[in-house]
Amino acid sequence: MACFLVPTAEAVVTSLVTKAEEAKEQKAPARKREDSSIAVKIPFSRKLHWLNRLLAGGAVLLAFEHLWHGEVVPWFPFLTAASDLADTAVMLHEMSTVGVTMAVLVTAVWGVMCVVADSMARRENEAAELQTEGTAK
Amino acid sequence: MTLLITVFAAVISTAVWYKGMPKDEMKTGILCWLYWGASIMWFVDAIFEYGELHAAYFTPAPEDLLNDTFLGLAVVALGLIIWVVRLLVTDPKGVIRGALFHKDTKSAQHSRS
Repeated sequence: MACFLVPTAEAVVTSLVTKAEEAKEQKAPARKREDSSIAVKIPFSRKLHWLNRLLAGGAVLLAFEHLWHGEVVPWFPFLTAASDLADTAVMLHEMSTVGVTMAVLVTAVWGVMCVVADSMARRENEAAELQTEGTAK
Repeated sequence: MTLLITVFAAVISTAVWYKGMPKDEMKTGILCWLYWGASIMWFVDAIFEYGELHAAYFTPAPEDLLNDTFLGLAVVALGLIIWVVRLLVTDPKGVIRGALFHKDTKSAQHSRS
């Protein structure tokens, strides 16, 4: 009924966090950014961008599905379920179950993506270290 | 059916994005985010629906199946429209700018080199 609103809300929050994180990373001293122990490191703001895109992309297509089924309308109150009290209760229940699960699963998938990307970066660093050691000898 | 069509679109767009990397001149990455995001969300929807309908979930009425197929195709079309609009607006290859200002993008690249 309006389950896409939960991932949409999360997308708004994460886009704000991304902006703050980007500003923080730009303010960080250059020496800290070029940490010698970590040659390749994926910035957290970049990872947050991935989450934003997953959430926003999915929410846009889901909003279209709700429009298709007549659950979202271009006039006030925009959600057909919001005009009736009983329907509103059903809608809120769906948002708290389906919507929250959607947001949680997308975040979990993103978490797995981050772990995989970090382990790939770590392997890249180890390979680079071995190469530099080899050339030094 | 909508979930199935979106998953196929996500897999195909990911393969296309992978082939085009690292240049990604066609900016196909956006399609991956759109279709994978929607696929995950519809997967959750499918789990909840399966919880209600059980085995009946896999034997939908022909009318519902047709409606879901149309919806799936419409969703793919919407994703493609979002992608092409973004591609034309960002214009990574300078084709639109070249057409607007009567510049030959190939000769411009030659003169630059």
